[in-house]
Amino acid sequence: MTAPTASQLLHGWLARDVTPEALAWLDEAAGRIASGSPDREVYMAISLVPRKVGKADLVLGEADLKAADAARPGWRPAGLSADQAARVLLVLSVDDPSRMAALVEKLCVTADVAELISFYLALPLYPEPQRYAARAREGVRSNMKALFNAVAHHNPYPSEEFDEPAWNQMVLKALFIGAPLWPVQRLDERANPPLARMLCDYAHERWAAGRTVSPELWRCVGRHADAAALRDLERVLESGGEMERRAAALALSDSADPAATAILERAPELTAEIAGGRLVWDDIRPA
Amino acid sequence: MRFIDPHAHMISRTTDDYEAMAAAGIVAVIEPAFWVGQPRTHVGSYIDYLSTLVGWERFRAGQFGIRHYCAIGLNAKEANNEALAEAVMEILPRYLLKEGVVALGEIGYDEQTELEDKYFRAQLELAKELEMVVMIHTPHRDKKGGTTRSMDVCEEHGLDPTRVVVDHNNEETVQEVLDRGYWAAFTIYPHTKMGNERMAAIAAHYGTERVIVDSACDWGVSDALGVPKTAHLMLERGLSMDDVHRATYANALAAYGQSGQMREADWLDPPAIDQRTLFEGNSVLRGGQAPRVEGDTPATTPPAKDRLIIE
Repeated sequence: MTAPTASQLLHGWLARDVTPEALAWLDEAAGRIASGSPDREVYMAISLVPRKVGKADLVLGEADLKAADAARPGWRPAGLSADQAARVLLVLSVDDPSRMAALVEKLCVTADVAELISFYLALPLYPEPQRYAARAREGVRSNMKALFNAVAHHNPYPSEEFDEPAWNQMVLKALFIGAPLWPVQRLDERANPPLARMLCDYAHERWAAGRTVSPELWRCVGRHADAAALRDLERVLESGGEMERRAAALALSDSADPAATAILERAPELTAEIAGGRLVWDDIRPA
Repeated sequence: MRFIDPHAHMISRTTDDYEAMAAAGIVAVIEPAFWVGQPRTHVGSYIDYLSTLVGWERFRAGQFGIRHYCAIGLNAKEANNEALAEAVMEILPRYLLKEGVVALGEIGYDEQTELEDKYFRAQLELAKELEMVVMIHTPHRDKKGGTTRSMDVCEEHGLDPTRVVVDHNNEETVQEVLDRGYWAAFTIYPHTKMGNERMAAIAAHYGTERVIVDSACDWGVSDALGVPKTAHLMLERGLSMDDVHRATYANALAAYGQSGQMREADWLDPPAIDQRTLFEGNSVLRGGQAPRVEGDTPATTPPAKDRLIIE
């Protein structure tokens, strides 16, 4: 037996949680979209989704999340609502990948916030994903945190499709709008020297203005820290708040530079916690 | 007291206004699509405008704890540009059924031209097809004749008056609008449509059964606090709390709530997902959890415009 596809999973979850009438409406709408219904009908079906299937969160258990990851590695639909799932299902019912990409773009142009979030959440599920790179980049330019998060958080798409400049802008934008970094997939792997430099510059800007600096910022600095960055980490380790100091220690421990080790040794308790596996980046989650 | 401003062009207003409106007790606004002062010449600018109403402006209002709804339609002035009007009619169905769209509007007459009449009627048909509430803009010039005509045309197209709000009424139009069973809205707009002393007198005379007060604040000299100021003046002039509540909150909710897209729970008991994303900070929070967001202004600090220090 082959593993179910993302569409089959979405349909199964909806079938569990919505009324039979709502499911029948959805199946019919999906069927019409699959057979190439006129644009007006597609737009209206997408808009009508919350009225037909409601907006409650789907009840997803561990097994569902595992099945999701098996269907599409990195896809994490925890917290998906019925309207989001139904909208994604409707879009995925288009059979031809180029038609689907054209439709998603058209839908995004006149979408409301909730619709846009649904289309961004579906980024890892579209066939021929490179067709959606410009759209995804647009999503992480948004100042609306919900839109930004739909692309950036718990979503494998950026780490797979974004080039280095796009990735770096996404990380910086997260800090600007106060979105946490820890839900970004493959954050550590995609760290790079230009990003480390931009983040340190940004920290200096914040310090000059008397503003706080998110401790998460240092997570993308440690591995690529140059001498100047090490001085910044030293400063944070010496004079930062509790979580900042822990973050600076972790960043220093990420660096292969002996100078970093020397600085870190001045905080023996944190060094011991890191060595003992009692302090890891996953602990650095500012509220 | 809690208020709804069911006619406010927030796209033209500043964050100072949002701050002041929230502080004065406004919990929800309805932003009808209208003329933005500069005539649009391409359907593309209309698309982006309507997208702003269902997107960015909704988000912006939510950051101040105000729920934002909208009405979508082709306004009378721009109906006179036939090429634009045709293209806008094509794209309207892409917006009319979106969440939080509580009416088709504001539509009606400006100069009562043939083109205005054509697109007014076409939109009434669309409202009927999609079972939508309608918000009518009555003209400044030939107000009385234009108001009567707007209602005649609604009835000709088979619309139910209880699902139509006729806006920008005055002393000369109110009787007929109420007699014919429509909701009668009044726009408190300095020097032109209606002042709030006149409004208090009208409410005292006609009662407030189907009366709705709004500000229509926009890019002109207008007052984003038109609704709460009028409520307080009405109380001062001896109207009952019930009357004032109906005219400045309950009737707007009853009229536009018929769309199914606007519920009191939206602001009294917002879903968790909205509190995390679109709607930050609120007077009544579930479980006593205040989702404090960085940059939130505590209630005790004066509005930004009155603070000398800019941080």
